Amino acid sequence: MKGAVLRPLLPLLGALSLLALWQICTGLRLIDPFLLPGPVTMLQSLVDSLRAGPLLHDFLATIGRTLLSLLIALLIAVPLGILLGSSEKLYRAVEFIVDFFRSTPATAVFPLFLVFFGVGDSTKIAVAAFGASLVILFNTAYGVMNARKTRLLAARVMGASRLRVLVDVTLWESLPQTFIGIRSGVSLALVIVIVAEMFIGSRDGLGHSILDSQMLFEMPKMYAAIFLSGALGYGLNAVFLMIERRFIHWGGK
Amino acid sequence: MPLPTAAQTNAASPIATRPAAAERPAVVTPLKRNAGIEIKGLVKRFETATLYDGFDLTLPGEKITAVFGPNGCGKSTLINMIAGILPYDGGSILIDGKPIKSTRVAYVFQNYREAMFPWLRAVDNIRYPLKYQKLDPAEGERRLGKLLADFDVRFDINRYPYQLSGGQQQLVSIMRALIVQPEVLFLDEPFSALDYELTLMMRDQLQRVIVEREITTLLVSHDLDEAIYLSDHLLMLTRQPTRIADFVAIDLPRPRRVATLSDDGFVALKAHCLSVFEREVRRGGGGQL
Ligand SMILES: Nc1ncnc2c1ncn2[C@@H]1O[C@H](COP(=O)(O)OP(=O)(O)OP(=O)(O)O)[C@@H](O)[C@H]1O
Ligand SMILES: [Mg+2]
Repeated sequence: MKGAVLRPLLPLLGALSLLALWQICTGLRLIDPFLLPGPVTMLQSLVDSLRAGPLLHDFLATIGRTLLSLLIALLIAVPLGILLGSSEKLYRAVEFIVDFFRSTPATAVFPLFLVFFGVGDSTKIAVAAFGASLVILFNTAYGVMNARKTRLLAARVMGASRLRVLVDVTLWESLPQTFIGIRSGVSLALVIVIVAEMFIGSRDGLGHSILDSQMLFEMPKMYAAIFLSGALGYGLNAVFLMIERRFIHWGGK
Repeated sequence: MPLPTAAQTNAASPIATRPAAAERPAVVTPLKRNAGIEIKGLVKRFETATLYDGFDLTLPGEKITAVFGPNGCGKSTLINMIAGILPYDGGSILIDGKPIKSTRVAYVFQNYREAMFPWLRAVDNIRYPLKYQKLDPAEGERRLGKLLADFDVRFDINRYPYQLSGGQQQLVSIMRALIVQPEVLFLDEPFSALDYELTLMMRDQLQRVIVEREITTLLVSHDLDEAIYLSDHLLMLTRQPTRIADFVAIDLPRPRRVATLSDDGFVALKAHCLSVFEREVRRGGGGQL
């Protein structure tokens, strides 16, 4: 009984302990308070820069880039994944290429994309879309290939054409796996966007804000931007998980 | 090999029936057909073995035929080839003298969990095959209502399959099969995942509904009691290479009841089938499991 009541509070308890530990460290000056300001200072700075400073704009810019690259990745990877997944031969033919690029750190192709897309938003978005689409592609194809054979047979024996089987069964069967791909894809896209904002001529974005504050030694601002990046990653994952749970209600059952 | 002559009654002239059936319009009043099944010289090979080699079989229309045989002898393979979901390497399978494609068939799988569409509600699962039938929607709803009444369905069909019990799910998949008013119905061990009480109840409901509708039915069963109880003919298969061990006419009166299981006629038939089975298993050398 007691455990059941406490359970939902446990994550909060963990977070509060971390904040307390942090406060104690700065309070006792175990770490130079200039390098690690206390949590209250950080939160103060977070609120201030969100209100008056450019942080809100940076935050929105990063969300915009991430979602745009996700959208592009979805438009490319989902149809391609379905195509690859529904033809075993085709998939075997490109499996190596997909695996190879999936294993290549996306950041390694920045210079290449810079040549094609120039210094600007397009490169950031293109690399993020590239990284995310490989993950989504792989997962979608995998979902399609692992569609339950009995279900496909059931549809066929009821009179469904190949196209109908694809639309009515295979697509639905692959959705749970596609969503797993989307969630990994959006996390990866966020990482790539933030790195790109740090190092590829940017005037805004959370990555830019983090690097800028660091160079100006505005430590509270830097921590505020890092915290916001974490919150963004967590939030995006939570939102997609929520969509997944509502939409793929049969998943895992 | 020797089949009872009663099994060869479907001599309907293919020339007379073919054009009519090919242009079958909305299937409101389907042409009365006998839907007997004629298999000639069937060959089926897998990479490792030849399962069927020149296999001949004639199955009577509008009757229930049970298929019984040891594990791995090719029961599922046989009905899948007849149902048109598994290709074969030679020979022919005709239903009323026509290939399977021009016959309305339905299939109930053993694994109902993997045969239902979990993204659709139970009722939409049942309606699903109607979209390939060019049927007046009102007629579809009428059939749905009749099935729900015939099977005395009490659970909420607006739930999703995974919210139903195993028996309810298999009932839904049986209704999904019957709603198209199939000419031939295939059931591959439909009750093997259900408990005994539920199996007895489902057998009875199924017997009533199929006999009333005079559907040609092929039922694979691992349970000799069940196979005899439900069928008009029992097809007994040997181990690989698969041959017909016996084709037994089950002429017990209907409707059959639980008491039928201890009738003299039933007991005698079962004893006969068991002795055939014993003989075949021994000839096959036993220990294949
Ligand atoms: N796709 C396949 N590839 C190779 N061999 C197969 C394939 N499908 C079936 N077989 C083989 O054919 C034989 C018959 O299989 P089948 O599933 O028809 O048997 P069954 O009589 O239905 O058995 P059970 O009683 O276990 O359901 C088995 O020996 C099996 O190993
Ligand atoms: Mg089988």
